Amino acid sequence: MQLATDSAKEVKKQKKRNWKRWSIHLFPIPALLIYGLFVVYPLFAALTYSFFDWNGMVRGDFVGLKNFKDLFTLEPFSGYFWNAFGHNILYFVLQMIFQNGLAFALAYIIFKKIRGAEFLKISYFLPRLLSVIVVGFLWKLILNPNYGALNVLLEKIGLGHLQEAWLGDPDTALIAIILVNSWYGLGFGVLIFLAGFQSIPKELMEAGKLDGATGLAMVRRILIPLMIPSIMIMTVLTFIQSFEAFELVYAMQGSQGEPYHSTDTLAVYFYRLAFGGSTGGSTTAVGLGSALAVVLFLFISIFTGLYLKYMQKKQVDM
Amino acid sequence: MKHTIWTKPFYYVFAFFIASISLYPIILMILSSFKSSAEIFTSPLAFPKSFTLETYKNLLDQIPFMTYFLNSTIVSVVSVSLILITSSLAAFYIARFTFYWNNMLFFFFLMGMMLPIKLGIVPLFILMKDLDLLNTLWALIFMYTATGIPISVLILTGFFRTMPHELEEAARIDGAGNLRILWNVVLPLMRPALGTVMILQFIQSWNDFFFPLVFITDEMKKTIPVGMLSLFGQYSADWGALFAGLTLASLPMIVLFFIASKQFMEGLTQGAIK
Repeated sequence: MQLATDSAKEVKKQKKRNWKRWSIHLFPIPALLIYGLFVVYPLFAALTYSFFDWNGMVRGDFVGLKNFKDLFTLEPFSGYFWNAFGHNILYFVLQMIFQNGLAFALAYIIFKKIRGAEFLKISYFLPRLLSVIVVGFLWKLILNPNYGALNVLLEKIGLGHLQEAWLGDPDTALIAIILVNSWYGLGFGVLIFLAGFQSIPKELMEAGKLDGATGLAMVRRILIPLMIPSIMIMTVLTFIQSFEAFELVYAMQGSQGEPYHSTDTLAVYFYRLAFGGSTGGSTTAVGLGSALAVVLFLFISIFTGLYLKYMQKKQVDM
Repeated sequence: MKHTIWTKPFYYVFAFFIASISLYPIILMILSSFKSSAEIFTSPLAFPKSFTLETYKNLLDQIPFMTYFLNSTIVSVVSVSLILITSSLAAFYIARFTFYWNNMLFFFFLMGMMLPIKLGIVPLFILMKDLDLLNTLWALIFMYTATGIPISVLILTGFFRTMPHELEEAARIDGAGNLRILWNVVLPLMRPALGTVMILQFIQSWNDFFFPLVFITDEMKKTIPVGMLSLFGQYSADWGALFAGLTLASLPMIVLFFIASKQFMEGLTQGAIK
């Protein structure tokens, strides 16, 4: 009798031990479920949606690559597409110059240990705390042609002839938005580059100085090559963000990319196709929208992949 | 080019000039919120002559700001908690145990950082409709949790890997199960990493307006950013109220930032570098 209870206890113990061992496999499941259902599944679904004809939000026949063909060649869709695509490219290039170029210079200055570094960091970073929608509206008020602070300021300092209807003129609207975006992202860039500068071993800088490298030569030959990891991060992030640009344009110029689609981006156009308003009306074009999503997705991943590969090779070569 | 005598002064002027461009619009926003619309139009750049709180009163009378605020708080707090729980469980598994599929799993989570989820918004909309989650805060909570998981798993896995195993092994010999080890031994040592994830995700979920724009139409379910969106449609002439609204929307984050500015800045950059 005694023996029997002992072995029953033993079995129970063993079971508990087994449970303890394999229960660990339950750990990643909550994350996998939520992430799988709300991120991975929708992205793959968008891929399959692009091969079907859609009637509003209801799926119709399989049409193969027709949506893609229409997107690239059928007016007015192709016109919107190429127009927005060009804007995205400009978005990226100007962000690289205004936001990242400036951030690199400012991080270098802070790295050179000037007084007030903490204050400077906080000042550059502060805009990043605002919601993009607040940033958009705030600048919309500042850039207002009649009462906006910028035009009033220009008047006050005697540059009244430079006054513009910044957001109302197709020539300046997109650049104004890109500059606002740079204002928003500057501090983040400064922090990334500063972290990069601070991770450079002091000995290397000393060695450079001994070799007689000063000023710009020092920056070009020693700092920039060693900064490649942080330059890489900022470039990739800026690239992805430029091709996804939506919030700021929507907040400042609405879903049509006013004026006259001069600030339209692919993501804004995608929003119109998916949720209506693609040709001014309220019809949705889910198939076309999904095709656009697939194109954008492929474009972003191929370019990011190639760039990372190229830069990694460059880094190894050094 | 040698360092000349004017390099340093030039650095100062340049750095502080850009700082003023960063700060000025925010200061302008806050100062303008205390002006009447008439005063904003006549002297937009000056300090407010008459310090009025009328704008705030007008605003709060007309929009349910407290409801927005409460919704934003619920959504952010719940999703950040869910992110911390699910990501630390997953990261603990990936970093501490070596099964042959661990790398695959890690890569699967990493993928989420490169894929712009906005592009899946149509299937998401249909999914939320099928799950009956449209116009509920749950739609937002699930979205912020799901999109926050990749980077959080990445950051936490990195930290788990740098931690010594000895304490865990001691606890294991004492008979502690995995959950107990994670909760009692590992997580208390992980506070800096958890703080980073928390701040990063809090900024993200508090400020987002894309998902509520698509999923929420019910006025009483709106978060602050989408609430601001409708504000602009309604009060386009009342600039005082508009500035007050923008200030109110930004204040919680600015206050938090001044309480923990270092952690905020580190949190955001950690997210990108790690």
